[in-house]
This record gives sequence, C-alpha cells and structure tokens, in this order.
Amino acid sequence: MKQFLDLSLSGLTSGFIYAAFALCLVLIFRATRIVNFGQGAQAMFTTYIALDVVQRTGNYWLGLLAALVSGFVLGAVIERVIVRPVETGPEINAVIVTLGVFIGLIALAAVVFGNTFEPFRAPFGLEGFQVGDTSINLTPTNVFNIFAVVVAMAALLALFRFTSLGLQMRASAFGQEVARLLGVRVGQMLTLGWALAGLFGSLAGILIAGGNFISPNFMDSVVVFGFVAAVLGGLDSFVGAVVGGLVLGLSLAYVQGYVAPELVTLAALGILMVVLLLKPGGLFSSSVARKV
Amino acid sequence: MLEISDLVTTYGPVKALDGVSISVPAGKITAVLGANGAGKTTLLRTVSGLVKSRSGKVTLGGQDITRTPVEGMVRLGMAHVPEGRGVIAELTVEENLRLGGLWRKDDDKAERMEEVYEQFPPLDKRRKLSAHTLSGGERQMLVVGRALLAKPKVLLLDEPSLGLAPLIVNQIFTLVRDLVDRTDLAVLLVEQNAKSALGIADTGVVLNLGRVVASEDAKTLLADEGLRHAYLGF
Ligand SMILES: Nc1ncnc2c1ncn2[C@@H]1O[C@H](COP(=O)(O)OP(=O)(O)O)[C@@H](O)[C@H]1O
Ligand SMILES: [Mg+2]
Repeated sequence: MKQFLDLSLSGLTSGFIYAAFALCLVLIFRATRIVNFGQGAQAMFTTYIALDVVQRTGNYWLGLLAALVSGFVLGAVIERVIVRPVETGPEINAVIVTLGVFIGLIALAAVVFGNTFEPFRAPFGLEGFQVGDTSINLTPTNVFNIFAVVVAMAALLALFRFTSLGLQMRASAFGQEVARLLGVRVGQMLTLGWALAGLFGSLAGILIAGGNFISPNFMDSVVVFGFVAAVLGGLDSFVGAVVGGLVLGLSLAYVQGYVAPELVTLAALGILMVVLLLKPGGLFSSSVARKV
Repeated sequence: MLEISDLVTTYGPVKALDGVSISVPAGKITAVLGANGAGKTTLLRTVSGLVKSRSGKVTLGGQDITRTPVEGMVRLGMAHVPEGRGVIAELTVEENLRLGGLWRKDDDKAERMEEVYEQFPPLDKRRKLSAHTLSGGERQMLVVGRALLAKPKVLLLDEPSLGLAPLIVNQIFTLVRDLVDRTDLAVLLVEQNAKSALGIADTGVVLNLGRVVASEDAKTLLADEGLRHAYLGF
C-alpha cells in the first residue's frame, strides 16, 4: 500500500510535467500540423539561461521568470525566422527544420554552457512530507511543480476559452482561410502559438531541472515521453495532452516500481502502440471531420 | 461600390479569369452565373485577395484594393462567404458569430448578435453547441449571419444554394434581397443555380471559361432563351 501510494505520487508528479510538455506539442501541431521536435532543446536552452540568472542573482524566482520570458521569445523567433520561410512548402520540410533546431540548439548549448552536468537549485525542499512517522514520496518541490503546471494550464485554458485573442487563435488553428477573411491576423496568431508553446516548454524544463543536474541532453527523455503523451491524447486536444501525460506518468511509475526500471522506455512505446492500435486517432481528438 | 476591371488570374498555365470586368453597385444584387469551372469562385477569391491577380484592378468605394491583404478587406467593408460555407466546425455557433464582429470596436455588438439570432431562430437554439452539429441550411444561416455582423458594404456570396433544399435557398435569398432593399448593401452573388439567382438579382453576368459573355438586366437575361440554353442550362 505504501509502495502503491509512493509510486502514484511520483507518477503524478512526472505526469504533470509530461502533460505540460505534451501541451506545447499540441499547441503547435493543432495550428500548423507541425510536430516541433525542437521543443525539448528550446526548453533545455532556456533552462541554462535561467541557471545563469539564478547563479548571478541567487534568486530562483528571477530564474523562473527568465526561463518563461526567454522561452516565449525563442518560440516566437524560431517561428518567424526559421519555420515561416519553409511553411509554404511540404509539411515535412518544416518538421525537418525543427529537427535542425533540436540538433543546433544542443550543439550550441554544449559550446556556450559546456558539455557537463550542472546542479540546478530546487525552489523548495526535497524531503518527502511526513505522514505519521513515515515520509511519503512527495516533496514540497513536487507540490510546487504540480501547482505551477496546473496554474499555467488554467491560464492557457482561460486564454483560449474566454478571451478574444484565444478565440482568434483557435479560429486560426481550425480555419485559417475563414479566419483571414474575417480579419484575423493569422500570421501573428501562429507566432503567438509558438511563443506560448515555448513558454510552456520552458516551464516544464525548469521544473524538471529543480533539484537535479542539467546538461545539453537533459530534456531528451522528457521529449520522448511528452511526445508519447501528446500522441496518446490525439495530438490536437488539450484535454487529451493532459490526460495522456497523467496516464503515462502513472503507468511508467508502476512499471518502474512493480516490474523493472529498465523497462520504462519500452513500456512507454508499448502503451503508445496499444492505444494507437485500439484507437488510431488517439484517446481524444477535438478535430471533427471537416465537411465541405 | 465594387468595381472589377480587366481582372486576370492564372493557375500555372490555366487562365481562370481572362479579363473580367464587373460593376457591383450599392443597393443591388449582381449575380454571376456560369457552369462548373467557369471561374466564379476564382473571381471572388481574387477580389478578396485569397488569390493574387495577374493583372487588372479592383476598387471598393473608389479605393484601390487590388493588393490589399485578405485580413484587411473586412476592415474596408468587404465580407466574403466562401464556397462550402466556411463554418469553423470546431467552434460553437456563438463563437463563430463572435468572429464576425471581431474587428469592430463599437459596443452594440451584443445587440447585433441578438438580431442575427432573431433572424435565424434555429441558430438561437444552438448557441452553445459545436457548429459541426448544424445542418447544411443552418450552416449557411450561420455564415451569412456572421458576415453581416461585420457590417459590410459589399457582400460576396459563393454558391449559397449548393446542396440546400429549395425551401431553405428561398429563405436565404429572400433575406438577402430584403437586406439589400433596406440597407445600401452591394451583393456579388455567384451561383450555378441560375434560375433562383436571377429571381432575386438585379443584374446577371454570365461567365464562361473566365470571360464575361453576357451582362444584362436580370429579367432580360431570364427571357433570353438563347443565352439560357447556351450557358445556363435551363
Ligand atoms: N487552386 C487551383 N489550382 C489550379 N486550378 C484551379 C484552382 N482552382 C480552380 N482552378 C481551375 O480554374 C478554373 C475555374 O475554377 P473555379 O473558379 O473554381 O470555377 P467555378 O467556381 O465557376 O466552378 C477551373 O478550370 C479550375 O479547374
Ligand atoms: Mg465555384
């Protein structure tokens, strides 16, 4: 029972992070049909920027702010400067360009920040809470991570549901041409989408980093899990991304605890294959078949 | 209101518009008729900027809009209801409508929206429903209502009758006619369904292979058996 509880808690914590990461992929895929393979590398890079700020100022919160701002800006710049020029070509071109961003940023980080492991401070304690006389597998930093992801998701949801800007972004994603005819500046909306995805990715990056070591490759496994979570959810549904992230986080925690830690990555692929076999469109899909 | 002069549009080697000139006056319905592939859709798409013209000129209220980007057209008073209705199925009925008045700053938007609901009761009952649940006729009501929320001076309609029951076509055409009579709206209506379109139009323009082959008073055109047999199929 204690083991189940501990595994569930750690599964939830990582599940929320996968969900945040899956959300970035969905945000971009929904609007542009591009899977942004550079997302993890972007987050890695902005986490290094945050590390630099934390080291200079000694203030974690300034580092967090730097991560979010630089993530937003980097996302927008990548869309405008790198993706936009190839967007009119076949979709595969843009996807390959994002692979280029992935490789380029990792190489750049190795040059600028060094190819070593750097410790990243945690915002809060890393000792599990005491329940009675045992300590459970949930730390104050875990709680903060979950809280941060939930707040960010709620803010994103509110933006999309309740604001005119969010409506314009959704219109641009689902009906580009119609949106343009109605006066929506679709190009700006796409840039904003990439920027928000960049911000979300950076959040996931700095949360994973807290209390751990970072290196130019520290996001690689998260990218894989975030991608699996997004595909589980259907790649174009926000709810799907969140549920996919949580399902994956919990499943992988149980595999790790009850089966064997070495099988975690394999299990992720197994889950992905089973779901896609049973429901080829993913668990959720917000896109309805477009009628003429 | 809308002046189209000598418009040429090509898709690679295909000349879809080959020097088209049409005048669309305020307070009138101008119907552009022609068979499938005549270039009707291309005409509207070129006018609203979705497709770039090779040469020629389009003016709206005297202002040259030939090179105006699509996003700017609605601000200048042009609303284009594209072929195939252009409902955004992933959004709700209400959200689709809200997009119509998006760029306008005035504060009577809520009232104007209620007017649209009054005009189209089926939409009223489905405000919060996803637009993909609507029938073909309701979708057409939605896109026409949405276009009107932009308070356009010129309305471009691409085959609004396509796939709709005659009763619904009649209802929508009557509404457009009514609107044109009450306000000073200029309508450029593109239709394969020539008979219904000429029934409400003031002027009929016949398009064939990208060229204007006739431009007449709607009644004259209806009476001209030769033209009707040659190009309009009735
Ligand atoms: N996107 C396109 N690419 C190439 N050719 C096109 C395209 N759209 C239309 N055409 C061609 O242009 C001509 C006019 O088409 P269109 O404007 O759709 O006619 P209509 O609306 O009257 O049926 C047709 O020969 C059609 O095949
Ligand atoms: Mg057509």
